[in-house]
Amino acid sequence: MRDQLQVRSEPSTKTSGRSGTKWMMRANGLEKSFMNRSGVTEAVRGISFDVREGEIVGFLGPNGAGKSVTMKMLTTLLKPGEGTASVAGFDLHTQQTSIRRHIGYVSQRGSTSDEARAGDEIVWQARLYGMSRSEAKKRGRDLFAALDLAGQWESRCSDLSGGQRRRVDIAMGLIHQPELVFMDEPTTGLDPQSRANLWDHIRKLRDDFGTTLFLTTHYMDEADALCDRILIIDHGRIVGQGTPAQLRSSIAGDTISLTLRTNSDASGAAGIAKTIATTEPMINGNLVQMQVENGPARLPELVKRLNETSIDAIAIEVASPTLDDVFLSLTGRSLRD
Amino acid sequence: MKKYLSDASVVFSRSLLLALQNPVWIIISLMQPILYLTLFGPVLEAVSHAPGFPPGDSWRVFVPGLLVQLGIFGAAFVGFGMIAEWRAGVIERMLVAPMRPTALLGGLVARDVLVVTLQGALLTGLSFLFGLRISPEAFLVALLLIALLAASFASLSYGAALLVKNENALAPMVNSLALPILLLSGILLPMSLAPEWLQVVSDFNPIKHVVNGLRAAFRGDALSTSTLIAFVIACVIAVLSVLAGARAMKNLAN
Repeated sequence: MRDQLQVRSEPSTKTSGRSGTKWMMRANGLEKSFMNRSGVTEAVRGISFDVREGEIVGFLGPNGAGKSVTMKMLTTLLKPGEGTASVAGFDLHTQQTSIRRHIGYVSQRGSTSDEARAGDEIVWQARLYGMSRSEAKKRGRDLFAALDLAGQWESRCSDLSGGQRRRVDIAMGLIHQPELVFMDEPTTGLDPQSRANLWDHIRKLRDDFGTTLFLTTHYMDEADALCDRILIIDHGRIVGQGTPAQLRSSIAGDTISLTLRTNSDASGAAGIAKTIATTEPMINGNLVQMQVENGPARLPELVKRLNETSIDAIAIEVASPTLDDVFLSLTGRSLRD
Repeated sequence: MKKYLSDASVVFSRSLLLALQNPVWIIISLMQPILYLTLFGPVLEAVSHAPGFPPGDSWRVFVPGLLVQLGIFGAAFVGFGMIAEWRAGVIERMLVAPMRPTALLGGLVARDVLVVTLQGALLTGLSFLFGLRISPEAFLVALLLIALLAASFASLSYGAALLVKNENALAPMVNSLALPILLLSGILLPMSLAPEWLQVVSDFNPIKHVVNGLRAAFRGDALSTSTLIAFVIACVIAVLSVLAGARAMKNLAN
């Protein structure tokens, strides 16, 4: 697929830096506000980040954090209020048509009409990129085969399952072989099996074709499963970033939870736990929770010392930090709020 | 320009094919004037001798009104389809392709003009069965005027749809504009039958002059002053409406 890509005819400024790093996207100070009845809403308040070629970068944040608005600015659907960006090597303010030629966008809303046949929609979209009808059909059928949609070319979009229709959306976004693909909430509304299946397809895109991916999600597990790097966004600002592992390790170790028989046992256990914990143990009734570096390795010692003071734990749980915990520690709110 | 036309033609053929696959709206919007023709037209024949009724037989007075009504109402509701496509993400996925937003509008409006003009030709043909007799020039004038009206009201409907993006807000907007225009243009009964104050009010309705121009053409004066005025007015409305629609399209990015 990649080898068919035509040589870029427009000027490009993608290669930069002495290190030879190729930036697929660089955003600098993007801002966007909207006027509405209750005044001005600042949806995005100064966002800057870089995406390297071949990276999968995720925008993680709750609904209304500014993910989709940022994505619409970068895909030329919305004009930025402030800030600059280079997308696929082209300037966001002056080279919008070139950007559009080189990016794919899979919108949160979908991309197909209920009444239309899936294959027809693909061919129409391809023709907007200047492909001939036969070229569009060939490429569309290849994509359908790659996305396990081989039998669905003639299907009405309303007859497709949720997962199939989402894969048609992805095929629409890939029809012109973009180097950079934006996906807005790619698996929202899908059942767990379809989600896992879609993740496989998304990973394959990068592994097989080197496509750079920028996606938004409000699911921790999705960001964890797909992304090389995560940008955490809240109230229109980036509040943290790193690889999933880096973000997890920024949390002070694993969480050990002890459930005890009585509340007085709990305060006794907290006193013992203090010696191995990196944070002050939290007591909640008969439950004690603490952060422990390298939790599984320290657990036997904790159990031994509890036994020495004849405190019996009913249950002990060791949990590695999740991105949920990261989000909570960065914003003070759970992602599910 | 070549790219613009090719993009618009993709949008045009897509929307035409989808409309033909599900022709219920085309049939419904044609049914209305056919019902007027068959169930109201004969009534008008009886009152055509009343004082104030314009010259010419009643069909030459009545059919131009129906054609103008078709031009307005056949196009005024196309915005609802646009809202459905917006919701489905179709509009965004097209706008993210390297195409001018106005090519999208152009392709959609071209489809509406074609459908409504063909409906108008069919309606005129049907009127022949009821006894309408007009010259080929008058037929041509009718098709051109109905095409201009369809382009105007389709553009306005799309523009309004993109502005509100909500069916419940669009319906009252369309109705509150289209109904007074209809009543004050003498489409069903000529305004010459109305009391004087109402005639004065209706003079400010540009569509009334379009109807009058078409009636003059049907009477046999295809090159009369009132037909010329009708053309000028219809062209001005079309230009302003298309500009308004294009503006709404471009404003999506703000």
